[in-house]
Amino acid sequence: MKKNLTIGFIGNPNCGKTTLFNAYTGANLKVANWPGVTVEKVEGMMRRHDYTYRLVDLPGTYSLTSYTMEEQVSRQFILSDEVDVIVDVVDASVLERNLYLTLQLLELGKPVVVALNMMDIVEKQGMEIDLHRLPEMLGVPVIPVSARKRTGLDILLHAIAHHKDITEPDRLIHDHERVSHHIHNHHEEYAMVYDDVLEDKIDQLSQRLSSAYPDMKNYRWHSIKLLEGDKEITEKYPLDTSDIITRSYEKDMINERYDFIEEVAAEVVVNKSAKEASTDRIDRLLTHKIWGIPIFLGIMALVFFFTFAIGDWLKGYMEMLLEAFSSLVRTGLTAAHANQILISLLVDGVINGVGGILTFLPNIAILFFALALLEDSGYMSRVAYVMDGIMSRLGLSGRAFIPMILGFGCTVPAIMASRTLENIRDRRRVMLVTPFMSCSARLPIYILFSGMFFGNYAMLAAFSMYLIGAVTAIAAAFFLHKGDKSQDQNQLLIELPEYKAPGARTVFIYVWEKLKDYLTKAGTTIFLASVIMWVLLNFGMNGYTEVMSESFAASIGRLLVPVLAPVGLGFWQIAVALIAGISAKEVVVSSCAVLFGISGINSAQGMTQLSALLSGMGFGPLNAYCLMLFCLLYVPCAATIATIHKESGSWNWTLRSIFFQIAVAWILTFAVFQIGSFLL
Amino acid sequence: MTLDSGEIGRTYTVSQVSLPLSTGRRLEALGMTEGTKITVLNSKRHGPLIIRLRGSRFAIGRKIAENIRVKEETP
Repeated sequence: MKKNLTIGFIGNPNCGKTTLFNAYTGANLKVANWPGVTVEKVEGMMRRHDYTYRLVDLPGTYSLTSYTMEEQVSRQFILSDEVDVIVDVVDASVLERNLYLTLQLLELGKPVVVALNMMDIVEKQGMEIDLHRLPEMLGVPVIPVSARKRTGLDILLHAIAHHKDITEPDRLIHDHERVSHHIHNHHEEYAMVYDDVLEDKIDQLSQRLSSAYPDMKNYRWHSIKLLEGDKEITEKYPLDTSDIITRSYEKDMINERYDFIEEVAAEVVVNKSAKEASTDRIDRLLTHKIWGIPIFLGIMALVFFFTFAIGDWLKGYMEMLLEAFSSLVRTGLTAAHANQILISLLVDGVINGVGGILTFLPNIAILFFALALLEDSGYMSRVAYVMDGIMSRLGLSGRAFIPMILGFGCTVPAIMASRTLENIRDRRRVMLVTPFMSCSARLPIYILFSGMFFGNYAMLAAFSMYLIGAVTAIAAAFFLHKGDKSQDQNQLLIELPEYKAPGARTVFIYVWEKLKDYLTKAGTTIFLASVIMWVLLNFGMNGYTEVMSESFAASIGRLLVPVLAPVGLGFWQIAVALIAGISAKEVVVSSCAVLFGISGINSAQGMTQLSALLSGMGFGPLNAYCLMLFCLLYVPCAATIATIHKESGSWNWTLRSIFFQIAVAWILTFAVFQIGSFLL
Repeated sequence: MTLDSGEIGRTYTVSQVSLPLSTGRRLEALGMTEGTKITVLNSKRHGPLIIRLRGSRFAIGRKIAENIRVKEETP
């Protein structure tokens, strides 16, 4: 008996397939590419009972035709002998659309098990699905699971193990209204039976295929594909079919499949209209002609208000903690007569640098919490609809706005989200402008400098950065569109899911993942950058020095002063902080802490100290605003550059985009500084 | 008539879809073929539409809607 099973996980995009896959495999994943293509291949191994399961996560797809790379990859793999059982992950809350793929999978003649996901949502919406009737109509086991709540996982595995050799459908019980006059009654053999004309043709083709290709498996499926005019199959199995196939029957078949799906849905989905009505009611307001955009702007304003107001209040406590820790270490080490250089490295370099960044944790947690709520509730796709009008003037579809909003959180996932745009030109344009959307890493810079220089208007100054960033992104997209000769534009096409109450677990996992990234970054990139900064600042041509202006960093910084002077940033310390900030934008703040030797840089005392030092240098509010602006727009962080390179696949293009961003930053900041100095 | 001139709340039957291959294929896989019923849920002047198609809700650009010929359902 076979003890090693290979399971292919397949389903529509957003059906929760990856969540289910992760529930089984955890972090135990192997990520590679499918041979010859750039489509990602994810595999995981697990042992349960007596079996070793190799799980393969296939790309999300709506159908099994061979038009896109994802579909081809999925189909070839699933048809290969490698796969023992197909697990079709179905989103129960949109059963109709998901069943289309299911019907195509059933025709493959391989063991199929349906994992009915999102049953918790279905129940919450007051719907019911007849779990007794559905398998009768499909002829395969249907296992209700919840990937999010981790229920039904073991049962699904049982079904997989027991169905691994079963290629015939389970007993089918249908009540079709249409009377079939076809010689065979296929209704007992196949879930999906076409009308008499098509079934006649399938029989004729099967017969012809069986004499031409005696080794072929599953004549019915190949016949269906020939009738659809499937390119791959027609080329692979040349056959004279001109008397049978007089046109493409693809549309007829799609129609009949959907007719059958409607029959299934009508029988198994109970109480559907209730949830539709409530989504319609909410949509009437949120996608309103006039109110849609103001409501969206209001929601975003609320998000930022919470991020700043509540985040700052919590940040106060974090600072107290950090200060206590910092002075504890300093007193402890001094009492232990530790080396002065070591104390300086630990306290001035590491604790002030890394710690300064950690105090922003509450702000960032709140921002990501808000974004998670928007995504999980189903509102995010409405934003695509609401913004489509504005975006189409930029030559983009409303869908391109989603990566841009995600850019408020972190530019890296935002750039990855641009994958949902089909057109490569649109994708590159979105990748080019998304870094202008102010990400959470830039938040510490705004909070620090606006707090120091703008007193009561601090929040306004920080908020203006978000506005300028968004406007710059949109303006840049507009000019790039105008400069583009080809004017064909991609149209909006996006599914709007039913609204649902965001799941606590999903939101929690989302926020925790982001915070973990942030903490990791603080522990690695920012830690390293802080140490390097400390070394560069405390060592010069003559070895260890207490006088920073003689350090290596000062020499490097001075080189850039002439370039930065016209934009109001002609100070070597600022130049050093800006270079360091390329590793991660928060490093601008941690560098300032190290550069100016300030402990507890975000505390009232630290801020007074720093602003006194800066004012002494001739660095005033205008310079502070220019610094914030420059940080908003100049080169994105190293992680973003790496992501842009990975997603665009071209260094040439990546370097051009970096140059573009520096140029935009310099020109805008130059304008603000020159006009500002003239007026003030 | 074409779908973009459809009225909110009304249901129409698709009679012809003439779209570039990639968009057309995607709509087909989502179940939009000749004879399919589409309900217009929302529509902005010069902007996108929200439609119900085979039980799911979609937002589609106006240019897509302009290329979908429909017949009005007789109530």
